[in-house]
Amino acid sequence: MPITETHDLHKRRFGRNVGVALSLVGFAAIVFGLTVAKIREGSTMEAFDHTPRVSVTPPVETGQ
Amino acid sequence: MTDLTTNTTATAAEGDAQFGDYVQLLKPRVMSLVVFTALVGLLVAPVSVDPMIAFTAILFIALGGGASGALNMWYDADIDAVMRRTAKRPVPSGRVTSGEALSLGLWLSAISVAMLGLATNWLAAGLLAFTIFFYAVIYTMWLKRATPQNIVIGGAAGAFPPVIGWAAATGSVSIEAILMFGLIFIWTPPHFWALALFMKSDYHEAKVPMLTVTHGRRETRRQILIYTLVLAPVALGLAFTSVAGPVYLAAAIVLNAIFLKGAWDIWRRDEATAEADAYLVEKRVFRFSLYYLFLHFGALLADAGLRSWGIV
Repeated sequence: MPITETHDLHKRRFGRNVGVALSLVGFAAIVFGLTVAKIREGSTMEAFDHTPRVSVTPPVETGQ
Repeated sequence: MTDLTTNTTATAAEGDAQFGDYVQLLKPRVMSLVVFTALVGLLVAPVSVDPMIAFTAILFIALGGGASGALNMWYDADIDAVMRRTAKRPVPSGRVTSGEALSLGLWLSAISVAMLGLATNWLAAGLLAFTIFFYAVIYTMWLKRATPQNIVIGGAAGAFPPVIGWAAATGSVSIEAILMFGLIFIWTPPHFWALALFMKSDYHEAKVPMLTVTHGRRETRRQILIYTLVLAPVALGLAFTSVAGPVYLAAAIVLNAIFLKGAWDIWRRDEATAEADAYLVEKRVFRFSLYYLFLHFGALLADAGLRSWGIV
């Protein structure tokens, strides 16, 4: 059976696959929207990979 | 080739669920109540919440409620298969396998709690986690099959959403949130027992102890009146907190008077009278109890609107 042939199983599962795809796209959109909202309201944003973290870096002495 | 064909046919016959079957596992009708009461809890809080954060919070509170519904359907598949009302649910009908329901329930629980914590705060997330645990473990696995007070205990799980909504907005739990909890908690038994009086259910065959079966219908009528009497001061007490105003006070007075009259009528009737008019009063009180809860929370929302426009 060639892989391109549409089996009855594929037809039956089409609706389910579309549902799962839309749920995943929706989840990604929510995470994006939430991130935008958090930045807009001024939440602290820190990178955790190969960058200094402001909250754990000792303050730099700038006085004379 | 032959093996493959046989295999796919077998898969189609058992557990070949559509997306809608998974949605049904989340008990969408229960979710609508969760969404509404959680939304009111969040909106009446004296803190303004970013619309996107509010939307996310409500979505994941609802999803957490849905997850507990899926866990309930996973565990209760044996009971559901026996009762006519629930025999067509996805698990007992065979459209969704038991393992799929458990997996969906557990994953959605984890995702909803984590996302609510990230979106709002960890008190709200903790309350959501506790609600799921309470409904799935304390109620479904333990007390539902053990005591005729199961409806009372199950009602606590349904009463948590406005508290979670409030906690999501404020980061704390106060008297307003506790009274909103009390309103749903004490409303649940008379609401369900009014239904149990006129619904010919097969809980007995499923070996679930319901008050109408274990203590009789006379006692059920008495309990409806007792709970409605306790409910009135809780509902009116909420009127004197910061979240309520004139709309809620007026609504609470009228709605509780009508509910009390209905409970009184139910208590005074005997089975012969009720059967003669096909449980007319019981059906009326049950229908009214739905409006009762919706209008109380709607009134809180109306007062919040009036406050935000500076009218009261």
